[in-house]
Amino acid sequence: MILLPDEAVEAIRLHGRESYRDEACGVLYGHAAADGKHVLRAAPMVNAREDERHRRFVVTASDYRRAEAEASRSGLTLLGFYHSHPDHPAFPSRYDLEHALPFFSYVILEVGGGEPKEMRSFVLSEDRGEFLEERLERKES
Amino acid sequence: MPVKVLIPTPLRPYTDQKEAVEIEGARVRDLLDNLTERYRDLRKHLFDDSGKLRSFVNVYVNEDDIRALDRFETAVSETDVVSIVPSIAGGAASPVAVEGEVTFSKEEIQRYSRHLIMPEVGMEGQAKLKKASVLMVGAGGLGAPLGMYLAAAGIGRLGIVDFDVVDHSNLQRQVTFSASDVGRPKLQAAKERLSGINPHIHIEGYETRLSSENALDLFRDYDVIVDGTDNFPTRYLVNDACVLLGKPNVYGSIFRFEGQVSVFDARRGPCYRCLYPEPPPPGLVPSCAEGGVLGVLPGIVGSLQALEVLKLVLGRGESMIGRLLVFDALQMKFRELRQRKDPDCPICGERPRIRELIDYEEFCGIPQAQEVERKMGVPTITVEGLKKLLDESDDVFVLDVREPHEWDIVRLEGATLIPLGRLPHEVHRLDSAKDIVVHCRSGARSAKATEFLLGAGFQRVRNLEGGILAWADRIDPSLPKY
Repeated sequence: MILLPDEAVEAIRLHGRESYRDEACGVLYGHAAADGKHVLRAAPMVNAREDERHRRFVVTASDYRRAEAEASRSGLTLLGFYHSHPDHPAFPSRYDLEHALPFFSYVILEVGGGEPKEMRSFVLSEDRGEFLEERLERKES
Repeated sequence: MPVKVLIPTPLRPYTDQKEAVEIEGARVRDLLDNLTERYRDLRKHLFDDSGKLRSFVNVYVNEDDIRALDRFETAVSETDVVSIVPSIAGGAASPVAVEGEVTFSKEEIQRYSRHLIMPEVGMEGQAKLKKASVLMVGAGGLGAPLGMYLAAAGIGRLGIVDFDVVDHSNLQRQVTFSASDVGRPKLQAAKERLSGINPHIHIEGYETRLSSENALDLFRDYDVIVDGTDNFPTRYLVNDACVLLGKPNVYGSIFRFEGQVSVFDARRGPCYRCLYPEPPPPGLVPSCAEGGVLGVLPGIVGSLQALEVLKLVLGRGESMIGRLLVFDALQMKFRELRQRKDPDCPICGERPRIRELIDYEEFCGIPQAQEVERKMGVPTITVEGLKKLLDESDDVFVLDVREPHEWDIVRLEGATLIPLGRLPHEVHRLDSAKDIVVHCRSGARSAKATEFLLGAGFQRVRNLEGGILAWADRIDPSLPKY
């Protein structure tokens, strides 16, 4: 399970709307506990793709390193990443799967016609073969 | 000796939650082998089924990606820190229907067939090229191969910024233009030529001088900017506008027998200012018009830039980001210099001081230098004045301070050649009782010579304004200009 505070949900929805028709992406910081991942903060990142930004995103290695450094500086854990699917449902693609890492939560937001819609979260299965949907809960902050 | 290997968060479940592990190995390959030997479950996340490092897994030795070093053969020692760094990627399932979905006509498929049969390009890559938009700043020497190859390769939208007119002296290297184009705007001639090469693409021309006022608006609509300019103010302007907008700048420059190529993308590497924080003082680095350039050189440098553009658009190969290629045509040598992002860079560093475009002429010291030149205030004479003087008097000594190879191109009748550098040694050849008129190509070197002669006690000495070029323009049009 992944728990997102209201303000993180709103930040992701806003980012998805502002970046529409491009894919927006960002990082989730928080704590991993026995009952699930507790997100404290969602921070936007740069989609560094040169092309096809309406259906692809990439966070560069150096931006990733900065995110890790930021997490360890603030005593938090990198819990995963979010990205938007402009005009496309909030389910991971084959491409998402090929590029997925274990442990991380992949939160996907559908942005249809410029408006944020459904949000779902997925984690990679242990054999890398598929994505498993995890329960996404919103909590009042 | 063990080497410290940093593990990213998502892989820590496989290393007993350790952020860092100590692994033996003299090369990156040994380290990864020993690491995945110790933590076997790591293997499938780092390597694919064929044993290749997964495309989104990057390995760094200290601050450098091993792709920029010797890859798996990169030597490591106990003082190094090796980091495994994933790049995070993803995206929607299939090409979603967007406006203007790319299709190709039968003619286009034939035209691009040599691309289409390569799996590295294919229909998908060709569609990327067609969807791409590239803005060329300058349609001169570098712009010639750039424009022609980018058009031929099928870049869907090609923008060109140029306000110059085709001159005879361009034809030695600017192969876009024909002799019959002399006198026409470069933009017009280039548009005709490029749409002749590929009628399937869209070409947009901007007949304007790139400035701090228009650069952001011009660049905003393009994916990639290519710098084909020949002066420092424009180079810094292109760089800063690209950094502010977050766009890649494919850079090339040429001078005499040397060329440079790089890709600046401040989001992923250094920018031009990281490499050259300050412009050289005006006049120190001559332009091609002053120093000359070997005709084929821009063909090579511009073609390399075109290649880098295609790679960026296709997302293939290793971009020149963070690397500067220096080409020496005389030695036929390519050297590669590593470039680092400067954390103190005034525009792309950690604490940027430049947040909008500035006055680049001012930044490069050009108005200041002109002011100094004006204040130097040596006495001058116009070409019309010299003509009158020569017609009326036999006692005029015309001193040409250019170099002998320039003298061979064109000279004024009755002039005496003493190159500027020789003047102090041969000053005894001058007669202080005569009127002396000093000239060079355009008037800059002769101003220095005039100043020197005044200092040496000559009083009746004047500098010819505009040099032999002005003489050819206004007095004797039969003379060639260079």
